[in-house]
Amino acid sequence: MPMTGFAIEIENLTKEYPFGFLHLKKKASLEGLNMQVEMGEVFGFIGPNGAGKSTTIKLLMGLIFPTAGTARILGKPISDVEMHKDIGYLPEQPYFYDYLTAAEVLDYFAKFHDLTAADRKERVQRMLKKVGLETARKIQLRKYSKGMLQRVGLAQAILHDPKLVILDEPMSGLDPVGRREVRDIILELKREGKTVMFSTHILSDAEMLCDRVGVIVGGKLRGVGAPGQLVDMKTQGMEILFELTGANNAPLLSKATKMGDRYRLQVAEDELYAAIEQLRDAGARIHSVTQVKATLEEFFMNLVEADRAQASAVEVSGK
Amino acid sequence: MRRAGIVALNTFREAVRDRVLYNLVFFALLMMAAAVVVGQISIGIEESVIVSLGLSAISVIGLLISVFIGVGLVSKEMEKRTLYALLAKPVRRWEFLLGKFGGLVLTLAVNTAAMAAGLFLVMLYVKHSLEQSDTVVLVAVYFIWLKLALIVALALLFSCYTTPLLALLFTAGLYIVGLYVQELRNLPAEVMSPAMAAFTKWLSYLLPNFENFNVMAMAAHGRAVPGTLILQNTLYAMVYCAIVLAGAAAVFSRKNLK
Repeated sequence: MPMTGFAIEIENLTKEYPFGFLHLKKKASLEGLNMQVEMGEVFGFIGPNGAGKSTTIKLLMGLIFPTAGTARILGKPISDVEMHKDIGYLPEQPYFYDYLTAAEVLDYFAKFHDLTAADRKERVQRMLKKVGLETARKIQLRKYSKGMLQRVGLAQAILHDPKLVILDEPMSGLDPVGRREVRDIILELKREGKTVMFSTHILSDAEMLCDRVGVIVGGKLRGVGAPGQLVDMKTQGMEILFELTGANNAPLLSKATKMGDRYRLQVAEDELYAAIEQLRDAGARIHSVTQVKATLEEFFMNLVEADRAQASAVEVSGK
Repeated sequence: MRRAGIVALNTFREAVRDRVLYNLVFFALLMMAAAVVVGQISIGIEESVIVSLGLSAISVIGLLISVFIGVGLVSKEMEKRTLYALLAKPVRRWEFLLGKFGGLVLTLAVNTAAMAAGLFLVMLYVKHSLEQSDTVVLVAVYFIWLKLALIVALALLFSCYTTPLLALLFTAGLYIVGLYVQELRNLPAEVMSPAMAAFTKWLSYLLPNFENFNVMAMAAHGRAVPGTLILQNTLYAMVYCAIVLAGAAAVFSRKNLK
């Protein structure tokens, strides 16, 4: 158990890729990332495509090497391969040896964890059941769908009972049932005291599952915190959902949005009672009044748009 | 080493399940059948013709497997990204490389042994008996296997830092050059500048010497292979493979996967 209390510690992690003729130019895919993932938490790493999520995870797993900076996992440097005994990793869009069956591929990976044959057999069966592949266990992976491969990937990541599980886009390629099952597995891992870090661009998943999230855009970390803390929790307005029963001549109606038989109207907090009064006078039946708060998605979109605007400005100025 | 063994056994399983080997063994059997036909029309020299043809077939088939599968051992895993999940396990990159090498060399051993068994069956069919002098054919088969192991190591090295096509060309090119190392060494120094003569000599020792592994003529005529040559070739192949694999590991251990 690490003494620091952090499952992952990242300091100034940078990755640049050479490009152009003779590879003389460099493009940063990750710039000076500083971040910690605490023991026992579910940490969501969110960002748009190409933001640097997978790059960070590949650096942590030793699949690529940093241009600068360091990282430690469970108190050990990422170059220490023996530390992988305590880590489970699901690659993005995983692919496995297609000439093997699901049971064979899991048994193959389990062999690297010094498990006995009996233990391997028991774990493989348990994992296949857990990810819903029990009936397909003897089918070669070349006949598997993308979603089924994702399930195999998840099973191999947690097969050896790791302390830390790193999942790169675990919901990718899954149908709603599969996504629900993955969410349940992540919550079960949390209950077991494991640390889970997963990348995603499905923000509702992050909001639902994570103790904390890190938002990365354009290779830079733009914010870390609990989903609720990260966004501005101040009420942005009030939303009134109503239905008209008779003639409609309320002046506010022009500002409302029609949704089937109902209307949705957003007003400022201090204008709420006046608006309700007007609607009632116009014969409206009010169904609900709710607070409108900023969501993680809005926070995320604001960052992405700011990043795009900055990139355009740099392009125009020729820098 | 245990982890390299796990990778090696899986590589062997892949070769078996991909059924490439089955086709090649079938091809080898066809070659043996051709040898029987040639043997029947070559009055008095049936055995030497059969042995020459059989050993050539074993060598050519082995070369095709070692070069074509060898250059894909690592690149295929990188391209299909099957390597990602594996390297996330407690496996060092050199252990993975050693395992891939061991797996293909094991595959070649099984394949070569099967073809050698086929050759001995044909020899038995033609001569109606086997003699002690026929063990030289076994030595020739062993030398072919050593040569193939060396080719796999070279293919693995090239595939670690270039595309499969270029790795294939480099490996095949080096094999062809390696067949003429003795000629390179024996070039008359008088026709070259001292610097060029020194360079040529140095190069001839650096390049893999595949000529040493060719004892087909001795095997075809039933002449015994000296024990020192067996020892020398075994040590040469082991040391050369170790150096080439160390080079491959050095390149691969710093390689950024896509």
